[in-house]
Amino acid sequence: MIKVLIVLVAIVFVAQVVRIFELSSIITKNKNEVTDHSNHINGVLLLIAGIGLLIFFFWQRAEWMDQTLQVAASEHGPIIDNLWDVTMGLIIIVFLVLTPLLFTISFWFRGKKENTASYITHNNKLEFFWTAVPAVVLLILIVYGLRVWGQIVNQDISDAMVVEVYAKQFNWTARYAGADNTLGRADVRFVGGKNELGVIANHTKDQQILDLEKKINKLEKDLNNSINPAEKKLISKRIDKLIKKKKTLMTYFVTTSPEKLKAAEDDIVTKELHLPVGKKVLFKFRSQDVIHSAYLPHFRVQMNCVPGTTTQFAFTPTITTEEMKKELNNEAFEYVMLCNKICGAAHYNMQMKVVVETEEEYNEWLASQQNNKIANL
Amino acid sequence: MSEHGHHKENFFSKYVFSLDHKMISKQFLITGMVMGVIAMVMSALFRIQLANPGESNSILSTFLGRWAEGGVMSPDIYLSLVTIHGTIMVFFVLTGGLSGTFANLLLPFQVGARDMASGFLNMLSYWFFFASCVVMIISLFVQSGPASAGWTIYPPLSAVPESISGSGLGMTLWLVSMTLFIVSSLLGGLNYIVTVLNLRTKGMSMTRLPLTVWALLVTAILGVLSFPVLLSAALLLVFDRSFGTSFYLSDILIQGEVLSHAGGNPILFQHLFWFLGHPEVYIVLLPALGITSEIIATCSRKPIFGYRAMIGSILAIAFLSFIVWGHHMFITGMNPFLGSVFVFTTLLIAIPSAIKVFNYIATLWRGNLQFTPAMLFSIGLVSTFITGGLTGLILGDSALDINVHDTYFVVAHFHIVMGLSAIFGMLAGVYHWFPRMYGRLMNLKLGYIHFWGTFICAYGTFFPMHFLGMAGLPRRYYSNTAFPMFDNLLDINEVVSFFAIAGALIQVVFFFNFFYSIFRGPISPQNPWKSNTLEWTAPVERIHGNWPGDIPAVHRWAYDYSKPGMDDDFVSQITPLKKGEKEYH
Repeated sequence: MIKVLIVLVAIVFVAQVVRIFELSSIITKNKNEVTDHSNHINGVLLLIAGIGLLIFFFWQRAEWMDQTLQVAASEHGPIIDNLWDVTMGLIIIVFLVLTPLLFTISFWFRGKKENTASYITHNNKLEFFWTAVPAVVLLILIVYGLRVWGQIVNQDISDAMVVEVYAKQFNWTARYAGADNTLGRADVRFVGGKNELGVIANHTKDQQILDLEKKINKLEKDLNNSINPAEKKLISKRIDKLIKKKKTLMTYFVTTSPEKLKAAEDDIVTKELHLPVGKKVLFKFRSQDVIHSAYLPHFRVQMNCVPGTTTQFAFTPTITTEEMKKELNNEAFEYVMLCNKICGAAHYNMQMKVVVETEEEYNEWLASQQNNKIANL
Repeated sequence: MSEHGHHKENFFSKYVFSLDHKMISKQFLITGMVMGVIAMVMSALFRIQLANPGESNSILSTFLGRWAEGGVMSPDIYLSLVTIHGTIMVFFVLTGGLSGTFANLLLPFQVGARDMASGFLNMLSYWFFFASCVVMIISLFVQSGPASAGWTIYPPLSAVPESISGSGLGMTLWLVSMTLFIVSSLLGGLNYIVTVLNLRTKGMSMTRLPLTVWALLVTAILGVLSFPVLLSAALLLVFDRSFGTSFYLSDILIQGEVLSHAGGNPILFQHLFWFLGHPEVYIVLLPALGITSEIIATCSRKPIFGYRAMIGSILAIAFLSFIVWGHHMFITGMNPFLGSVFVFTTLLIAIPSAIKVFNYIATLWRGNLQFTPAMLFSIGLVSTFITGGLTGLILGDSALDINVHDTYFVVAHFHIVMGLSAIFGMLAGVYHWFPRMYGRLMNLKLGYIHFWGTFICAYGTFFPMHFLGMAGLPRRYYSNTAFPMFDNLLDINEVVSFFAIAGALIQVVFFFNFFYSIFRGPISPQNPWKSNTLEWTAPVERIHGNWPGDIPAVHRWAYDYSKPGMDDDFVSQITPLKKGEKEYH
């Protein structure tokens, strides 16, 4: 109620202001026209606005720059940051030239009754100049940018450690490839029980089939005990569905090569991402439901996780969590992987802790995760 | 066409099912304004949430009812608000509202035609637009909530109702609404193109057209070429949602069930969507730039600088806009080489954009600037076009995009370069052509208050977002509280929210001025801004057919302001050349 009242009061207020304007313009014979006076006031305001915009810009940099991402913790990070600094430097220079130019010219040539504008239609030399200069600058930026892009996407990944990052609403899971550095095959149809990622292996298949058979047996018993024909029909439908699922599983299983089945055995599934410092890692991304985006801002890494396909990104972490804590002077600091593609209601809280540590610490941690080996599920 | 007589009009044929381009343009404008208010209120609501995460706020419960139980917004409705805000602003305000209003008003007037090529199609175009607005508003009230997959509606989120509550009936209505909208846009666009190409008056060659007409013509061509692609993308999505096809869906497990879809690819949708989506940016922007060209020249009392270069850059931007869509998709897993090609084409767009900016500044140089509110908004547009356009160099560069993709940096970029520029252009157009629409003048002083308030709040809202993005804050986050690394960003968010809400409130001044002046503004003279273009040669009162008697013939280009040797500082396009006078074109 009170809000409606406030709105009403505001409307009445504006109405009264207009009324005053109207009356005052009758008294002063102001005909609601642009005059030298109004041009002067707006011209000065434009000048102030131009200066104000620059002050606002510098104030924000002074106030907030230290809250932006600091030193990059990956090998390609500084390369990106250099490109960023060059591009941003250029942008800021152009901004700092054009903005004052626009507002100063607007102020300088504010209209006066006695003035006349110049009849200037074009100037080929000038126009050629300001087409050519941006063209050359942009060409340089393009070449530089593409070189950096090439360095990031064309890395030698033959000796990289393979890790799968698996996304679903609303959490992340990691799968380490184990000693053979090869991930086993996986499919959403194999997800069930402890096998959260749908890894296809001998015993995950056995477990799934066993589960399905148990369910089928139970349903068949129910079918025999039931006397209601409608219920019977329903149960037999469910049985058909489970049998079909069993067939699908078997199809996926028999089309998986023995090498892949073996490769799956030593895969380790974890809820935290640990990475040894200085070792190249190749992330393979999968998603089981909608598109997610794995975003590791501190490493300048981001890639979408797309259901139905696998995407990948290779990088080398260079600073351990401990070192970063010291660097940022923040004991509570942790690396983190965020979801950066709208994926549902809890999108804003989809995260996984990332730890970068020394090779020994990493090996120790990995050894402690043996319970999560596919072979031990 | 001269047969267009003064047949009798009743209320319905005059105000509702009007075939007259002037009335249809007003219908588009007012509908666009209503939609704009809805979208603006939504943004104010989610800004309240972002500045006060988790706190109870009675404004939220007043507006949102059960979606904000106890005054706390739910994550679902947050995403819905963001989605519908974006959809309404991009399509209904800045496409329908902007193009619809000014193409309808200006094309027949400025090319010297009695009306659009087909008045009936024109009327249909409006009513399809109206219907799509109604469906979109209805979708706000369905049980499961309006669409909430973001305005880009990427599947599978938009295709699988189990994944988010807005992807149920809300999404269906969104798709219906968008289909109606596309029909409206195509009917309108075809009409605009035919009108400009066929109905130009005697002497109105293509190189004598005002730049508004050029911009609106190219906009219409962009729309006609790209909107059908969105339509097909939307139809395939409807098939996937309702008929079990698998264009976009594959291997999906949700709520313990594996869906039967197999073999599709969600990235296909993104290709189709952005094939419209990127030209759409220029569908939004070009009319604003056209309007600005006209206003800056008129109010500088000076010819637009580099007329030919301006046309050239409009055409270059339009052409390039069709081959840059992939820069929205650098990190989707698209082939990196393809990414390189899109980097190249994307950064090239900066060249024609830079030419336009330099030409605007050169037009102001040595002018005799008359600061009407329209002129101020045009200068504001040039400023936001510079500020926002520059950060495009970062986002168009694939290597840099990796780290700021989908963060607030992007939000800042497109709100400034597309949102603010287009809105400023639209407001400039409203102030400038209000006398042409309603035969009355808007109050200048209220216009000044409106401009300065809007300008300050606009920068205050969107400039700080760059810093949020550089801190790695993703967009579309319901709250930043889940990550310690974003804890200290709350003060930036508070600044943003303060200016956003103040900016929304200042618009009250505009709406008041607008509606008040329709009825009580001072009667406008025939040519209040001393402009050269044809619309100001028509009488102030609205007549069917625009000019009594013959349509005037055109003898010169539209920008003979302050030409030496002439009596006035403007020379209407219908004034014949003096003996020995050279024509520029």
